[in-house]
Amino acid sequence: MPQKILLEHIDVPGLASYEVYRKLGGYTAVEKALKNYTPDEVTQEVTKSGLRGRGGAGFPTGLKWGFIDKKSKNPRYLVCNYDESEPGTFKDRHIGFLNPHQLIEGMILGSYALGANTSYIYIRGELFYVLRGLEKAIDEAYRNGFLGDNIKGSGYSLNLYCHPGAGAYICGEETALLESLEGKRGNPRIKPPFPAIVGLYGCPTVVNNVETIATLPWIINHGSDSYAAIGIGNSKGTKLISACGHINKPGIYEIEMGLPVEEFIYSDEYCGGIRNGNKLKAVVAGGSSVPILPASLILKTAGGEPRLMSYESLADGGFQTGTMLGSGGFIVMDETTCIVKNLLTFSRFYHHESCGQCSPCREGTGWMEKILTRLENGQGTMKDIDLLANIAKHIDGNTICPLGDAAAWPVASAIRHFRDEFEEHVKLQKCPF
Amino acid sequence: MQSQPGIIEFNAETLDLVNKIVSRYPVGRQKSALLPVLHIAQAENNGWLSSETMDYVASLLSIQPIEVYEVASFYSMFNLQPVGNCVIEVCQTGPCWLNGSEAILAHFEKRLGIKAGETTADGRFTIKTVECLAACGNAPVIQVGTEYHENMSTAKADALLEKWKTENKISHTNPYL
Repeated sequence: MPQKILLEHIDVPGLASYEVYRKLGGYTAVEKALKNYTPDEVTQEVTKSGLRGRGGAGFPTGLKWGFIDKKSKNPRYLVCNYDESEPGTFKDRHIGFLNPHQLIEGMILGSYALGANTSYIYIRGELFYVLRGLEKAIDEAYRNGFLGDNIKGSGYSLNLYCHPGAGAYICGEETALLESLEGKRGNPRIKPPFPAIVGLYGCPTVVNNVETIATLPWIINHGSDSYAAIGIGNSKGTKLISACGHINKPGIYEIEMGLPVEEFIYSDEYCGGIRNGNKLKAVVAGGSSVPILPASLILKTAGGEPRLMSYESLADGGFQTGTMLGSGGFIVMDETTCIVKNLLTFSRFYHHESCGQCSPCREGTGWMEKILTRLENGQGTMKDIDLLANIAKHIDGNTICPLGDAAAWPVASAIRHFRDEFEEHVKLQKCPF
Repeated sequence: MQSQPGIIEFNAETLDLVNKIVSRYPVGRQKSALLPVLHIAQAENNGWLSSETMDYVASLLSIQPIEVYEVASFYSMFNLQPVGNCVIEVCQTGPCWLNGSEAILAHFEKRLGIKAGETTADGRFTIKTVECLAACGNAPVIQVGTEYHENMSTAKADALLEKWKTENKISHTNPYL
């Protein structure tokens, strides 16, 4: 049986309550850390585990924590990024709803390691039903002495609060999130300085994804070596994959890093194959931002090796023939899918979500949506296809935050791998699907 | 539908909630409470934020009205125009589109005789298109207030419409309660 870390107890009735979570061994990691480890030793454990940020960027978590400015006399903050909004990604919503104490326990461990005495969970406003459950669980944690002053007599104190967003994908970018948490528009900040030096209210801050934080209790309970023993290469541990689109069994799966993509798509344990017995056409493997790959390149690398669910294997071939693990939002498309129309929905999304600070993104995303609308409606020209690729090229890398790249990559990769289909829209003067 | 500019004042119970939220942020950082308080204000003002409502929020948090306007206009969950009692938000991003969200939207439009962005003449329903709601595994998805309705079909849409009509559904309730 593959190791389960995040979803081990997910089917236990009443898991969201303190009593049930506690009976299953909940909060023992906090007890262990506060009793046996210094904050730096917790950080070392996380560093040694090889855990990488699960929000999409895959940056080593322990290293990120190590950047926090400990010389500053200002308070430090840990902020949980629960602004899950990347199309195709729906893993965090379930962790917080079904197992809120796992996230809270992770927040206590992370806050302790960083020396934070106040921490926030920034959750997208659409998920108020999750926020209400989290607040109830936080109250339970206070009542049972795991939050508040002098936790379990350790001398360490922590206050934890939820904070709702209000409908803005850009607030998933960590500096936009901090602006939003300060009650402002979600405009990303210019980096450096990084949040570890100048973050929330100008104080040293770490922002981590829900899945990253929810993994911490297991690492502390079982040790960094046990975690690092799972997975492959520099992709340690397990990863939640939220699978959707044209598959028989959409849902959230916890995989050990290194699982072959082919097994993930076709095995009954995971996606259960393509709906209606159709053929696989394409996959967006890590949330809408990452390059789309045709069936041939998602199942095998350009070199003919089986493609694996890991940071390295999915990236094999660079952007020419590879993609990224990203957030684990796995969108599967069968042979009936119009790649141009699907791309149009993505481009509309990025246009809608651009904060408007940088011209290439603000203007470029709208321009791409306009051209794609034209192409999809059969009013496009061959020149439009080149123009589209050109706009994407000029957004990529030229904006304050990665939303510009995120908008450009799907366009560039769709043209790279499915140019024929764009041309067919022009030749037929209509959508062939 | 509220067509007059709304002016609200929170009752004592809501003010307690607002004060509790404000206390979560450091002294002098009460502006941090803006998004939570705007959610509450919108719910209490028939689902939208009039300039009078935003001015009231500014006074509560001791910040300038412009600081509220610029924020309210940035976030897509805030409505700056009046809406119907029951706002039906239909996701239209890729994963929902792959699973037939266009048919769901068209069905609501046909049943209610309005287009996305419009409100029925009796003020009961508004249809709004939204971007990814992070529930792609159960696409297509719609949201009404803080409720998610997933794996939508036209039959499910009909059943929900009947239910909402019977119970005079109001989607803008205090999201904290």
